Amino acid sequence: MADPDDEVKRKIANAASRFVPHNEALGIRIVDIVDGEAVFELPYDAKLVGNPDTGALHGGAITAMLDGCSGFAVFASMTERVPIATLDLRIDYLKAAEPGRSVFGRARCYKLTRNVAFTRAVAYQDGIDDVVAHAVGTFMLSTKQGKA
Amino acid sequence: MTTPDEPEPAGATPGTLIERITAAKALHDYQGMIDLVPYARFLGLTAAMEGDELITTMRYGAHLIGNRSLPALHGGTLGALMESAAIYELLWRSETIVLPKTITLTIDFLRPGAPVDTHARGVVTRQGRRVTNVRMEAWQADRNAPVATAHAIFLVMRGQS
Repeated sequence: MADPDDEVKRKIANAASRFVPHNEALGIRIVDIVDGEAVFELPYDAKLVGNPDTGALHGGAITAMLDGCSGFAVFASMTERVPIATLDLRIDYLKAAEPGRSVFGRARCYKLTRNVAFTRAVAYQDGIDDVVAHAVGTFMLSTKQGKA
Repeated sequence: MTTPDEPEPAGATPGTLIERITAAKALHDYQGMIDLVPYARFLGLTAAMEGDELITTMRYGAHLIGNRSLPALHGGTLGALMESAAIYELLWRSETIVLPKTITLTIDFLRPGAPVDTHARGVVTRQGRRVTNVRMEAWQADRNAPVATAHAIFLVMRGQS
């Protein structure tokens, strides 16, 4: 918190969030943005259910959250904001999320180069060790003037 | 490819998802199969048989946008569309209905998704006893220029859903 860059990164991420209508549609709440790391909350919502028998959330909603969360982790690692584009994302679904409760996403940008950012992320409910899904992603960084 | 007189899967009880999918299949009601899933309705998915291909379409809606300044579809929606297309393909082609559980999903994003309808199709590359591999692609105006491709592995064991 003492790092003045943190405040810059938080501002960058919060500014970026206003450009993501789908996050709003999913009901996503940005819990925390710190140096190179983003934490999202996906509150349980009946409209996001994949199996009406069990009430379990559809994997797609978790995919979308982890994609977004990973992108924000990249923004949170920048000191100067440039647009990014997801190159690829792999998600492992370890188990179904328990219905009726929020799913959290925590993503970290663990390497940022001039052109590419590398991320890993987990989705969890009770705690970071109780993983629902795991994701790794790569992102292309746009050149400052050009496009992604 | 489809058999309207699908036998009832063992263990299905009236009103369960599997039973209702079975009923929709018997009627060749592709849309009915999709409408059973709330998240599919949220995304705005529709399905239609075109030739012998089951094509899943995500109708454009402003809530699907991930980048307002381009604008472009949220990448997660493309992933969800392709995952759904693969699941419908499996449900549609399988003789016995088992709800596929996604083990892994890998998405390559090739182009920004324009704010228009997006189509997707899944092709089974290997059908095993326990797992099935599926490749997917998503496209918009030009099928030869996909916006994203993906592959997924599903657990397809009876009694595991």
